[in-house]
Amino acid sequence: MTGAFIPLDVMASATDTGRRPSSLRVLWRSTIGKKTVMAVSGGILLLYLIVHMLGNLKIFAGSTSFNEYAEWLRVFGEPALGEGWLLWVVRVVLLTAVIAHIVAAWQLSRLDIRARPVKYAHGRRRATYATRTMRWGGVIIALFVVWHILDLTTGHVNPLGEEGRPYENVVATFSTWYGNTIYIVAMLALGLHIRHGFWSAAQTLGVNHPRRDRALKATATGLAVALTVGFVSVPIAVMTGIVS
Amino acid sequence: MTLMKLTLRIWRQAGPDEPGAMTTYELDGVSPEMSFLEMLDTLNERLSAEGEEPVAFDHDCREGICGSCGMVINGDAHGPERTTACQLHMRSFSDGDVIDIEPWRAGAFPVIKDLVVDRSAFDRIIGAGGYITAPTGSAPEAHATAVPKEAADLAFENAECIGCGACVAACPNGSAMLFTAAKVVHLNALPQGAPERESRTREMVAAMDAEGFGGCTNVGECATACPKGIPLFSITRMNREYLRALRKG
Amino acid sequence: MTTTEQPPGGTTTPTGTGSGTYADFTVGDPVADTRAPLDTPIAERWRQRTFDAKLVNPANRRKHTVIVVGTGLAGGAAGATLAEQGYRVLQFCYQDSPRRAHSIAAQGGINAAKNYRNDGDSVYRLFYDTVKGGDFRARESNVHRLAEVSVQIIDQCVAQGVPFAREYGGLLDTRSFGGVQVSRTFYARGQTGQQLLLGAYQALSRQIAAGRVEMHPRTEMLDLIVVDGRARGIVARDLLTGRIDTYFADAVVLASGGYGNVFYLSTNAKNSNATAIWRAHRRGAHFANPCFTQIHPTCIPRSGDHQSKLTLMSESLRNDGRIWVPKRKGDERPPREIPEEERDYYLERLYPSFGNLVPRDIASRAAKNVCDEGRGVGPGGQGVYLDFAEAIRRMGREAVAAKYGNLFDMYERITAEDPYEVPMRTYPAIHYTMGGLWVDYDLQTSVPGLFAIGEANFSDHGANRLGASALMQGLADGYFVLPVTLGDYLARLGGIERVDADHPATQEAVSFVTDRLYALLSNNGDRTPDSFHRELGTLLWDECGMARNDAGLRKALERIPALREEFWERIRVPGSGEALNQSLEQANRVSDYMELAELMCLDALHRTESCGGHFREESRTPDGEAMRDDDAFSYAAAWEYTGTGNAPVLHREALEFAYVHPTQRSYA
Repeated sequence: MTGAFIPLDVMASATDTGRRPSSLRVLWRSTIGKKTVMAVSGGILLLYLIVHMLGNLKIFAGSTSFNEYAEWLRVFGEPALGEGWLLWVVRVVLLTAVIAHIVAAWQLSRLDIRARPVKYAHGRRRATYATRTMRWGGVIIALFVVWHILDLTTGHVNPLGEEGRPYENVVATFSTWYGNTIYIVAMLALGLHIRHGFWSAAQTLGVNHPRRDRALKATATGLAVALTVGFVSVPIAVMTGIVS
Repeated sequence: MTLMKLTLRIWRQAGPDEPGAMTTYELDGVSPEMSFLEMLDTLNERLSAEGEEPVAFDHDCREGICGSCGMVINGDAHGPERTTACQLHMRSFSDGDVIDIEPWRAGAFPVIKDLVVDRSAFDRIIGAGGYITAPTGSAPEAHATAVPKEAADLAFENAECIGCGACVAACPNGSAMLFTAAKVVHLNALPQGAPERESRTREMVAAMDAEGFGGCTNVGECATACPKGIPLFSITRMNREYLRALRKG
Repeated sequence: MTTTEQPPGGTTTPTGTGSGTYADFTVGDPVADTRAPLDTPIAERWRQRTFDAKLVNPANRRKHTVIVVGTGLAGGAAGATLAEQGYRVLQFCYQDSPRRAHSIAAQGGINAAKNYRNDGDSVYRLFYDTVKGGDFRARESNVHRLAEVSVQIIDQCVAQGVPFAREYGGLLDTRSFGGVQVSRTFYARGQTGQQLLLGAYQALSRQIAAGRVEMHPRTEMLDLIVVDGRARGIVARDLLTGRIDTYFADAVVLASGGYGNVFYLSTNAKNSNATAIWRAHRRGAHFANPCFTQIHPTCIPRSGDHQSKLTLMSESLRNDGRIWVPKRKGDERPPREIPEEERDYYLERLYPSFGNLVPRDIASRAAKNVCDEGRGVGPGGQGVYLDFAEAIRRMGREAVAAKYGNLFDMYERITAEDPYEVPMRTYPAIHYTMGGLWVDYDLQTSVPGLFAIGEANFSDHGANRLGASALMQGLADGYFVLPVTLGDYLARLGGIERVDADHPATQEAVSFVTDRLYALLSNNGDRTPDSFHRELGTLLWDECGMARNDAGLRKALERIPALREEFWERIRVPGSGEALNQSLEQANRVSDYMELAELMCLDALHRTESCGGHFREESRTPDGEAMRDDDAFSYAAAWEYTGTGNAPVLHREALEFAYVHPTQRSYA
């Protein structure tokens, strides 16, 4: 006969073990917690993207205006802040969010793949395209960001690569076929990512509700379309000669 | 009433550690009035008469309430209708159809034999906190606490879960979020469940994770497959309950 | 066959009440319940018994091991409660999880004498209704206790979070059910059984997680270990590995449900079975009133030979649906084309004051009668209409959908017919068994230390169970009665011999089990277990079903032993005994049905009266209604096993009715 029986008096205290691990640790260890990290970091990145996209649109105001805007970002807050401080603060926050987002996604994906070790013989399309492409879409976006920084922040891979002349650098990039292709593919992936990601984050954070669901889904689609269109308008403008 | 001839491709696996494969059977004389399990009974009677081992599958009440039965039919948990396999009828199929029948696939639900899987992980999730501590005899008069109808209805909607595991089978991540959420929401919705609200949520989620189920990517396949219509919003509610529980420490 | 009167030392009288000779049985000493304090007024008896019960010191409770077989309402509730009290519990179920026991399928509700409606209900009225509804074949003391405890059950379940239906004010809703004129049935839509079971399961799960219940799912009890006349353990088979294991305890509780599946087609779960109670019977537990089986009037008719089980439609449908058949035989017009004046609303015609709400046995028999007259509807003429057209006109489709929508959906899923447009077809089916292991007021069987609770015992429903009372009895036994009486048994146990796997009684039980399994596996016959089960079930339904008669029962009693012999000659079970083998499980269960069926027919043959679910065609009133014979049969028949094929011994327990005086039931 088997079975380890715990005496009654021990049992009484077994349910209350005194010290619990801190909530943050519990959060990070749980699947819901990791999803929460993804939702929050995704939200930060989304906010940044909105600002970034709006800033990009300044390119339609011409070279001077765009370059002044870029410069303003560098000197914002002076003299309270030093030159470039704002950008570095933003960069640190973004980097943290990106790392958290990617590490959580990586760990969750590994868990998910392990949780379904054998596939069905009778496969079937599941879920929407946006939902199914979250992982690969995320990888594409991550690779894009690396290229994007080397291209327009550090200028290493930019065809022009002149410091202090962002407008001209942008035009240079979008004057190449590969620059446009990489950028547009990445922005489409981003749109899909946001479309599922925004609603998914609302689910994860528990803020969705049957009465709110349609509005949230519409907002997600609206944000995805607005961001994609906003970002893609720049290369298209360069290609069509509106911006040169 | 025309009888159908079907080609069945069924996962056969002799034991937990044995290799398995899809095996093809031709079955004649299938009536559209049969339930899916009665169709399998017919096949099994033939196999038994031929001295071959019948296809093992879990089943019991055959009324769609015990949650024993479950198989993936042509890629859908419980098949094409929104019900359990035992309540699926052959009129949903046509003469000449090829039907693929597979066990639930999830790391946390290892195959025992053919279409039978081990779902004991669900019991352990419930044991971690899916109850209200109310030892027999300790209960106050039933009308001592009125329960707003809205709370009672929310509790009921979630209490309908039959623990069949279709949500896990349908989820591309093999996640048990919908199952766990249904119980968390049921009990947390009620005033009787309030004292253990935070600990229940924390402990059940921890148990769910420890069993090796995947995470939720809000795909929604679980709620689509659920024969009892547990809504996807139950997962949203559990997420909210979980974050609330962690905030409260 | 003749009566052999060989009393083993006791005084007996033959049961000769006019029907000539019976099949073989002998009459032994009468039995009596000695546990109920009969000198106390009935309303005080349970309190008195509880006070008289010896208590086990809380510190000593964990030294006592109790085996509980089954995890339905009775078993789940008992396992959880005993563990809460500190006993060590070993619990078993054949399903993969304790949550799947067949209590889960009960739809309608649970009775309780709360009188929340202020409609004149009381404990006494529930007691009265249950004794009367059981056609005066139940023990008054037990029934009164059931009615008392019903009130606590609702409190307990609400505290556990069972989501009963509620009114807008947040208080519990009730409805009237099964021909009762007070509104005392608590419900959770059409899934009351599920919700109550999950409550018990959750309480049990808490104890399993705490290590106080050792749960053995997918493990089936195959024999009882009796040492020095006391139940001391069980032999069980691990259904996954085929391993035969022995488990030992200070007491064994059987909560394994009823035996309705002996009929093959029933509303029971496919795997519900009688093996635990039957094998306990073989080890000395008396089996009481096996012929008292309940037929539920509103089940979905069978659709063909492939039918594997029947599905019940809740009795609540009769609150608003009207039952009818065409007046003309063989009228094959679609129901909507049959004009009002050519319809026979036979229940309203025969029983004007109760109409469609007559008790189950009466409604079932009336359906059988009109079908036997050739006026049945649907395939094979085995059905009657249950029509909501009038209700939809009166209440509106919305209101009907709100009340019965889920049942209509279920009906449509199974039959592909829309009940809003076409009347439902229903036919009676085996649903519940009132008979079971004989128990005293303490729910102890004739084997000391062996208790039977829930549907597995015979105690509270007499010859007919009222709707919404099965859930009540299961939970009453498990939560409130057994934990008191079992404690008393354990407290008085004193020092008992240690039993282990080497004990001769254990070895004998293990070899019985393994021999039988081996016999099934090694017999290279040509028939499947299912084919035998169907044949036996059809025979039993025809001869020992809704109506029984001398000739038919004798025919069955001749056929069953022959069929049993054929079973052992021709059975074929593929596969091995060392792994999951569902054919072996079924064959093993059918082997027990082959023995139990004989006792059922014998019991039905010996009881020449009609009462409750047992209708003998020879015993009816001039207008064809069931007629009891209180002079000859006011007793529970407790049968003692003497070997398969041997004449069993009948022990009568005389039933005294000091409070509710027997009257012929009348629902006209």
